[in-house]
Amino acid sequence: MKLALLSDVHSNLHALEACLSHARAQGAQQFAFLGDLVGYGAQPSEVLECVMDLQARGAWVLRGNHEEVALEPPPAAHHLGDMGAQWTHQQLNPRQRGWLAALPLTQSVEAVLLVHASVNQPERWRYVDSPQAATASLDAAREWPQARYVFGGHVHAQTLYYRGAVGQLMPFQPQAGVAIPVPRHRHWLATVGSVGQPRDGNPQAMYAFFDGDAALLTFHRVHYDHAAAADAIRRAGLPEFFAARLELGR
Amino acid sequence: MKLLAQGSELDGFLIGECLHSGGMAHIYHVTYAHGTHDPGFPMAMKVPRMASGDGAENIVSFEVECQIQQVLTGSHVPRFVATGDLERMPYLVMEYVAGRTLQHWLDAPQPLAVEVISRLGVAMARAAHALHLQNTVHLDLKPQNVLFRPALGAAPAGPAEHPLDSFGAAVLLDFGLSHHAHYPDLLAEQLRKAVGSPAWIAPEQVVGVRGDPRSDVFAIGVMLYQLCTGELPFGEPQTAAGIRQRLWVDPVPPRKRRADLPAWLQEIVLRCLEPEAAKRYPSAALLAFDLSHPTQVHVTTRGTRTEPTSFRTHFKRWIKAAGMHYQPSPVPTQQIEEVPIVMVAVPYRDATDATLYSLRQAVARSLGTRPGARLACVTVIPTSLSNTTHEERSETQVHRRYLTQLHQWAQPLDHPGHQTSCHVLESGDVAKALLDYAVGNQVSVIVMGAATHGLKTQRFVATVPIKVAMDAPCTVILVKQSLPFERLGARAADTSHVSTDGDLTEPAKALYGDDLGPLG
Repeated sequence: MKLALLSDVHSNLHALEACLSHARAQGAQQFAFLGDLVGYGAQPSEVLECVMDLQARGAWVLRGNHEEVALEPPPAAHHLGDMGAQWTHQQLNPRQRGWLAALPLTQSVEAVLLVHASVNQPERWRYVDSPQAATASLDAAREWPQARYVFGGHVHAQTLYYRGAVGQLMPFQPQAGVAIPVPRHRHWLATVGSVGQPRDGNPQAMYAFFDGDAALLTFHRVHYDHAAAADAIRRAGLPEFFAARLELGR
Repeated sequence: MKLLAQGSELDGFLIGECLHSGGMAHIYHVTYAHGTHDPGFPMAMKVPRMASGDGAENIVSFEVECQIQQVLTGSHVPRFVATGDLERMPYLVMEYVAGRTLQHWLDAPQPLAVEVISRLGVAMARAAHALHLQNTVHLDLKPQNVLFRPALGAAPAGPAEHPLDSFGAAVLLDFGLSHHAHYPDLLAEQLRKAVGSPAWIAPEQVVGVRGDPRSDVFAIGVMLYQLCTGELPFGEPQTAAGIRQRLWVDPVPPRKRRADLPAWLQEIVLRCLEPEAAKRYPSAALLAFDLSHPTQVHVTTRGTRTEPTSFRTHFKRWIKAAGMHYQPSPVPTQQIEEVPIVMVAVPYRDATDATLYSLRQAVARSLGTRPGARLACVTVIPTSLSNTTHEERSETQVHRRYLTQLHQWAQPLDHPGHQTSCHVLESGDVAKALLDYAVGNQVSVIVMGAATHGLKTQRFVATVPIKVAMDAPCTVILVKQSLPFERLGARAADTSHVSTDGDLTEPAKALYGDDLGPLG
């Protein structure tokens, strides 16, 4: 199975389309969306239609924290995030809201376990940003005995965690485009990065590609028209900050 | 793991004779069982020992070896063929390389000739550099892991005769402890224990640093020391405290053990063995460069002394070493990029001041402020120049004359941070000579004039700079001339005028004098 892992699209249709076509060119047979389809960006409705269409053809889709706030936005906007959530809420039609509400928190397929944040209480949206947090997530994944690979998003960074020689988890910063052997006799945890809002100073979209038969995991960076995505945000009247950060990748 | 029976079949491979039965693995000759596809080279299968009593690190190291072997390319590593499923039946099939390991030379009854030692060192350093360029550090270089291919064109020698001075490129084996910057380091651990072979391991490996190419430079230094003296510089320590000693101890100077060793070779060996990685050769390519240009080695007291390092010095270093701890290494290719070998091709004649000035400026820019960068100034003269009826001295004289010119040209570039050397090559084919030099010395950047080494017909034929640019293995900077006008005026008195055709027509008499005359 060749699986494209996409997370944190954040209503960025330009980035999503670029990643989808990149993944198809790599031979992707299956797509997994690890939550946070909406929030921040200008095209929540278009992104949802695209992903709903893929789901109808077999793609797996999970719920993230931004789905939750878009469904029930805070009544008063205290910061930019609240304002974005209210705006997103208004953009979605009842059918789309109903679809979002039905999304699961985790999905397990053979050796792969998918989650938005941490397997350790997924509904708490814990950040997996350290070996300790990764260990907690991987430990919680023992509930799925067949799981060898835990793939998540939420942190907007691409990191692979693996067990070192004495059993502790070690973080590894992957090189984009390099296929990393991830043999099945070990347990692996990867955060796949963000399609629609990279924050590492590089505006290119992030996703990961898992080849289950060959046991290879590749982290990709994909060029997309971030200027167009930023323009769309400005035209929608959303905060300038959301537009500017796409151009800088921050 | 039981021995595989000769004649049995495994995943399409027919098991042949068992070549080696060691503590870590068995190695067999194999062929494709059904002869469907011929790889074009003999193959060997490595099967790790994994009986119930075998340590976990054995299998992790085999996993590392499979992982890294699969992605390495080039003539300095065995070609990869296949791996078996680690959970079901672990094995690694790769090219079987005929040749002898370095042990063959260490076992020689007589002390080795200096020339043979340096050629062995060059071959090892080139192989290590080829690995470093692929972001891999070997970390377990030792005589049994370095194999030398038979010399190109050498008649196949019988089992009894293996002349010591005949060998080809080095091939590095056994990547079980290696580190590839693009893959998770399965051997890394929080405790950062030393991983490696005690006699050859670098000081920083002792404190758990994995991934510094200069660790391989250290191991090559240990092997060079062995080749020079027949002894191990740090013995074979059996305890962790014994291994740790090399964090502050200098070995006995090789010249104390073998008086006929030249100072330049001791300089090179001891520079490889510096306890601090920053004081060693910053890249294996620079080590190979010094080994292949003995007259250009900058010999210090490190090369000349024959007395062991004083207690005082060792004691001070011991204090410092107590604070040494794990630090992550930079990516090998980035580290190598910091210490380029810059080669500049200076025409031996027919170059204007403007061209020579522009070349020098371009070289200065390429060297930048990077300490450790090395500059090689090369000039190619035609064979006819020294091929006179005079006695054999004439060749030396001609070389010396051009060498002096080259030194004069390079003098303004002299900088304490860079090493500069000058080389006069003799060849009828200038482009080929420059390219051979660049390949042979792992040059990182070639700087040359866009219209030097040329003829007036350069618009119609492939000129030397074009040929070099097309076939060079590295970046080529083609320099166009530019000389500030005030400088042109200042030189007008003693140089022939600069024609509009640039540097093509007028011999630069001011630099080369009148006596050289035109070619042919």
